[in-house]
Amino acid sequence: MRIGIVCPYSWDVPGGVQFHIRDLAAYFIRLGHEVSVLAPADDDTPLPPYVVSAGRAVPVPYNGSVARLNFGFLSAARVRRWLHDGAFDVIHIHEPTSPSLGLLTCWAAQGPIVATFHTSNPRSRAMIAAYAILQAALEKISARIAVSEYARRTLVEHLGGDAVVIPNGVDVDFFARAEPKPEWQGGTIGFIGRIDEPRKGLPVLMKALPKILAERPGTRLLVAGRGDEEEAVESLPAELRPQVEFLGMVSDEDKARLLRSVDLYVAPNTGGESFGIILVEAMSAGAPVLASDLDAFAQVLDQGAAGELFANEDPDALAEGALRLLGDPGRRAELRERGSVHVRRFDWSTVGADILSVYETVTAGAAAVAAADDERGAGPGLRARLRLARD
Amino acid sequence: MTPTLIWTLVVLAAIGLYLSWTAGRLDRLHARIDAARAALDAQLLRRASVAQEVATSGVLDPAASIVLYEAAHGARQAEEEQREVAESELSQALRAVFAEAQQVDAVRDAPGGDEAARELTEAVRRVPMARRFYNDAVGAARRLRGHRKVRWFHLAGHAAFPMSFEMDDEPPSALAERAAA
Repeated sequence: MRIGIVCPYSWDVPGGVQFHIRDLAAYFIRLGHEVSVLAPADDDTPLPPYVVSAGRAVPVPYNGSVARLNFGFLSAARVRRWLHDGAFDVIHIHEPTSPSLGLLTCWAAQGPIVATFHTSNPRSRAMIAAYAILQAALEKISARIAVSEYARRTLVEHLGGDAVVIPNGVDVDFFARAEPKPEWQGGTIGFIGRIDEPRKGLPVLMKALPKILAERPGTRLLVAGRGDEEEAVESLPAELRPQVEFLGMVSDEDKARLLRSVDLYVAPNTGGESFGIILVEAMSAGAPVLASDLDAFAQVLDQGAAGELFANEDPDALAEGALRLLGDPGRRAELRERGSVHVRRFDWSTVGADILSVYETVTAGAAAVAAADDERGAGPGLRARLRLARD
Repeated sequence: MTPTLIWTLVVLAAIGLYLSWTAGRLDRLHARIDAARAALDAQLLRRASVAQEVATSGVLDPAASIVLYEAAHGARQAEEEQREVAESELSQALRAVFAEAQQVDAVRDAPGGDEAARELTEAVRRVPMARRFYNDAVGAARRLRGHRKVRWFHLAGHAAFPMSFEMDDEPPSALAERAAA
């Protein structure tokens, strides 16, 4: 099958959607499909052979922050050329509502389109204003995928219509096989995420830390992610600061080793999450998970069966949960075991097969209709000839 | 020509363009519905065929075989109006027969059973998918057809008002778990 995938975010910037697309493309290529990914990238960045650059993304203020988007004449032309050269059986657009490559592709493409909705942002003012335009573009999408039940609900509320839920994929064995690192073991708590992004929840964890250290003084917190380290420990009394270790940005290998090593992984995110891939990665590596009770997290953790939940933005509840788990090796072992069974449904072998099922469903339908048209011998009708049909 | 006349012509032309664009949108939606319906029919047929194959293979006990055969046969033969009911009954029959994981294992152990079990698992997963895509397309077309401009100018032409396909498509738990596992 010839598959065209559209990535809305710059390929050279690391991010969840980019990684998802990279792994998805790798999975399809392994199965022998032809894959081409259209993504924004600087012209001089080295790209894998299957990625086609759509030009540089332009930083513009959008939806309350600065977003890097692709639009305008040049991008539209590149999208059209990519579609034309690729002659794809199916086109898979990620994040089609962002005013970038996804929307441009929706406008230009013909044939079966599949779209994945990753974020579950509340409806923005721009989206309300552009609703009619957006709706006309989104109508072309034959199959919608939401990454979680929560993302699906927001999609149904804001745009109408429906979607199937297929979670994000993780290479479970990569994490399960990682080698633990001795210096990261022994009474350690792990946190991975941007330090300077309050929604990732490090401040909540910092507030809970004194209470945890009061009861278990030897505990160490290992923080992986970029951001200002000085600022992060500001709220902490000076004598406790040595208990926090900053590892900076870590490689995929080190991330897996870190998750294999820690006694407890804490995800104190306060919002803005529609899935929670990091929880799946932690469970794959066999780390017991303690996470805030966001909708998306509760779903990934099977409503608390595969990992424990605490009341969102409540440092005391976090400290209490962490102390209970750190003091109970039996419960941790139980969570490890449940987690490793539970994550199988997020493995690429399952997720990739599901996405391929979606492709096959839409292409089969489109092929059947095309065949029926040929049989009837109906050339382009009057309306089509007058360019009234199919835009 | 007076400026008023020119302006009137410009406005009329703009309205005409807008209406023709909307008609194009609607046409595309109807094409999408046809494609989604074809896909749904294909998946339903596939499910019924695999179910019938398993039912006649002799792997299941006689009672289960008869229940499953009856439901699969009913789904394949159903008239358009009875289709939703017949397909729902097949879902229920599949759920009853494959309520336990041992039953799935029994099918797997039979010669060629691995293939049949895989096809059945795939079919019960794809039917809800195809149905959701179809109903999504129907919903979009209905929303657009509800618009005043579409009704007043008869932009939908003679296309039948699309109806959603409502059925019970809950997969048997033993097969659904295997799809996830």
